[in-house]
Amino acid sequence: MAKYSVRTFDAVIVGAGGAGLRAAIQLSESGFKTAVLTKVFPTRSHTVAAQGGVAASLGNSEEDHWHWHMYDTVKGSDWLGDQDAIEFMCRKANECVIELEHYGMPFDRTDSGRIYQRPFGGHMSNFGEKPVRRSCAAADRTGHAMLHAMYQRNVKANTQFFIEWMALDLIRDAEGAVLGVTAMDMETGEVVAFHSKTTIFATGGAGRIFYSSTNAFINTGDGLGMAARAGIPLEDMEFWQFHPTGVAGAGVLITEGVRGEGGILRNSAGERFMERYAPNAKDLASRDVVSRAMTTEINEGRGCGPHKDFVLLDISHLDPATIMKRLPGIREIAIQFAGVDCIKEPIPVVPTAHYQMGGIPTNYHGQVVVPHGHSKSAVVPGFYAAGECACASVHGANRLGTNSLLDLLVFGKSAGESAVDELRNSPKAHKPLPQGEIERALARVDRIDTQKGGASVHETQLEMRRTMQKHAGVFRFSDLLKAGVEKISDVHKAALSTEIADKSKVFNTARVEALELENLIEVAVATMVSAEARKESRGAHVRDDAPDTPEHPNGRDDANWLKHTLWYKEGNRLDYKSVKLTPLTVETIALKTRAY
Amino acid sequence: MSNRTLQFKIYRYDPDKDQKPYMQEIAVEVESTDRKLLDAMVKLKAKDDSIAFRRSCREGVCGSDAMNINGRNGLACLTDLTTFPEGKPIVLRPLPGLPVIRDLIVDMTQFFKQYHSIKPYLINNDPPPETERLQSPEDREELNGLYECILCACCSTSCPSFWWNPDKFVGPAGLLAAYRFIADTRDQATSERLDNLEDPYRLFRCHTIMNCVEACPKGLNPTKAIGKIKDMMVRRAV
Amino acid sequence: MVNRVVVGAHYGLKDWLAQRVTALVMAVYTLVMVVLLSVTGGGFDAWRGLMAHSFVRFITFIFVLSLCYHAWVGIRDIWMDYVKPTAIRLTLHVLTLLALVGYAGWTTQILWRL
Repeated sequence: MAKYSVRTFDAVIVGAGGAGLRAAIQLSESGFKTAVLTKVFPTRSHTVAAQGGVAASLGNSEEDHWHWHMYDTVKGSDWLGDQDAIEFMCRKANECVIELEHYGMPFDRTDSGRIYQRPFGGHMSNFGEKPVRRSCAAADRTGHAMLHAMYQRNVKANTQFFIEWMALDLIRDAEGAVLGVTAMDMETGEVVAFHSKTTIFATGGAGRIFYSSTNAFINTGDGLGMAARAGIPLEDMEFWQFHPTGVAGAGVLITEGVRGEGGILRNSAGERFMERYAPNAKDLASRDVVSRAMTTEINEGRGCGPHKDFVLLDISHLDPATIMKRLPGIREIAIQFAGVDCIKEPIPVVPTAHYQMGGIPTNYHGQVVVPHGHSKSAVVPGFYAAGECACASVHGANRLGTNSLLDLLVFGKSAGESAVDELRNSPKAHKPLPQGEIERALARVDRIDTQKGGASVHETQLEMRRTMQKHAGVFRFSDLLKAGVEKISDVHKAALSTEIADKSKVFNTARVEALELENLIEVAVATMVSAEARKESRGAHVRDDAPDTPEHPNGRDDANWLKHTLWYKEGNRLDYKSVKLTPLTVETIALKTRAY
Repeated sequence: MSNRTLQFKIYRYDPDKDQKPYMQEIAVEVESTDRKLLDAMVKLKAKDDSIAFRRSCREGVCGSDAMNINGRNGLACLTDLTTFPEGKPIVLRPLPGLPVIRDLIVDMTQFFKQYHSIKPYLINNDPPPETERLQSPEDREELNGLYECILCACCSTSCPSFWWNPDKFVGPAGLLAAYRFIADTRDQATSERLDNLEDPYRLFRCHTIMNCVEACPKGLNPTKAIGKIKDMMVRRAV
Repeated sequence: MVNRVVVGAHYGLKDWLAQRVTALVMAVYTLVMVVLLSVTGGGFDAWRGLMAHSFVRFITFIFVLSLCYHAWVGIRDIWMDYVKPTAIRLTLHVLTLLALVGYAGWTTQILWRL
């Protein structure tokens, strides 16, 4: 008897966060038989934790234009973002946000009843002139409001969810086409092959590779691990965003919206130090810039607290009524996790790993693209990715705040639409399932169930997170990166031979954690290897041996490094592909030194 | 605060191997950086990986780690370790009133079924305009205290009416969600929503016990929302 | 018959409202009686004198009806919570109703016999 059963669908979506739910709406409302697999109940996905807002140039409070938004995003990406995808996203923003409002999302309102917008880091008017109110917000719970509204829309559309199912591996045939996934019902341990014509990955990021992270426990890069094991390269994995304001010690996120509402960063002398690093945008400079400024302050001894290891985020000068209205969740977090009431006292904050700019390479249709034959971007039939797990690439080397929620809306929808198109044009019958592919996933589960004398999952993941934090942090050093590559490959070996004590079939969370670690470690290796190889500073990737010189301002080397990294699991091989500098309709936003 | 050892008594049940549930006594050392109950539980799991519980965001917005802590429902990630008295074990049990799948993990099917039963989505049959539907800040304010629910089930599983009739009583979480849509000026289905709830079980099992208010980790007030639904029913009937 | 959970009886508001109104009636009656008794003093004769007024008889009658209706809703809710088999529950409902109607009749008899 086979050790697994097969279920057949038109489309399988892996992940029920923002991108997955948005894609699911598209497919369910088009009438296709769709399965949405998710490790947690949809509203527990990490989109729920997004706070500050979603970018769209609605211009509800002041003049704004998608072209300005596009300029800011390209500049924010340090010109590594693909300009066709960025134009697509910025032009689609208004439509997608308005749709959400129609789904019932409870946005805050302006006096005229329109969607409330607040300023956010890096978002400027008139091609970088001065901050603009572009972030559409529901208090400081935008992600929560958005995720619930989209889940609710899916309830209306009668989407079929497989809740607490963990996808294990992609199913690809000999031609490379994707035919679904193998997945495990966490409650019973049963493994099922989901056979589908189209497969959409919306599995989120892998922020848990770092020791100090704003990310949830579930952000383990499962989609990236599955893709890497199936021979699909991962793009630009060296670029990780460190959010400037994570609560010191706890890592919990404090939205940039706090600075958007007027919050100020101060060092131990009480100085508003961002004035020195970004005279124009000040506290609302791009996230990589602020994080590096904070780290520099701390490294130069101007940190606060007994160990001088954090800076302060001060909003005590704001009207308490504004804080209660616009930032109620932040006040709760400050009280809960920092032990301070931010109405009276500043919040201790440190840069904290937050977002993965890289991911599974896609085009702006949400189709996964890989080098094949003469093309560097050949479409993988039947395979789509959207959200943080994908790299379109709209964020390039650094993402702007509020562009992540926009990314998951626009590309969740576009991946869904592309899948609908493919389904409408595809033959009635499914391609046959290839031999041996499902056994690959079963073997991994078997290995974990039977491993003896292996490493502990807890210790191994701690080792991985410490290694990543030390060797691939806010500032990167060539010698540390080199040593990091060695070290992480040792951890990689341990991660593939972990041992668990729990052998139960029923809701075995130890087994889930071991499987998650196998995914995390692929991301960690990809990050370290890609970072070691990129010998320039760009966006969030800043190395000591690529300093700011007149020849290479900010250490950026466009002649040699204006290109996307592609990391392959097999042989830890690297490949590169060019950045798309030509937008869809407008002129190229020309390369320029990045200053705020 | 330096390192200290915490004593736990944890409800354990694995249908794969246990005949019946039992309470496991286990201790774990926590460091001064471990602020919350969830931090201690992660350490516990490193010690004994067979302890099963749900967790995700660890900041109180995803609603995964709801459980019964020393007899009260709450989120492990928002429960301060300093609130536990010295020398007494911390007693952890699954949320009451729902079937246990394993250890601290309960089957929430019934809870979500009730949530789904109130049609938790905006109903507006006008053709969508090209821009947003307008809503005044005052009308938007009506949704505060309603839309923030994280569906953790702390409230419904602390409600005796829900314990007795989980299949028929919508429960505080579902009723809070129902009022969230009734209160939304953009929603056009108010009278259907009221019809849907006018039932001796679905709404009127609420006897204003108010356990839900005490249990809610987000400080929401389902009882108040239920009262407003009843108000609206009276207003439309008399 | 299929064994499925059925809800949607579309009643409940009237009972819920009635329970509140009857509670109010009983509270007011109790207050009035406390005042009257404190004026007239205790004892059988005082009682009898009070009940000789047809107005007092009338409000007492209203009080008893309120009490019965209030009790009906409350007791029914208890049966609904704790007694699951429909046949037994229906029987208990009927017995409760009969008892309450009986009590109401008996009270009327007592009041107008005085």
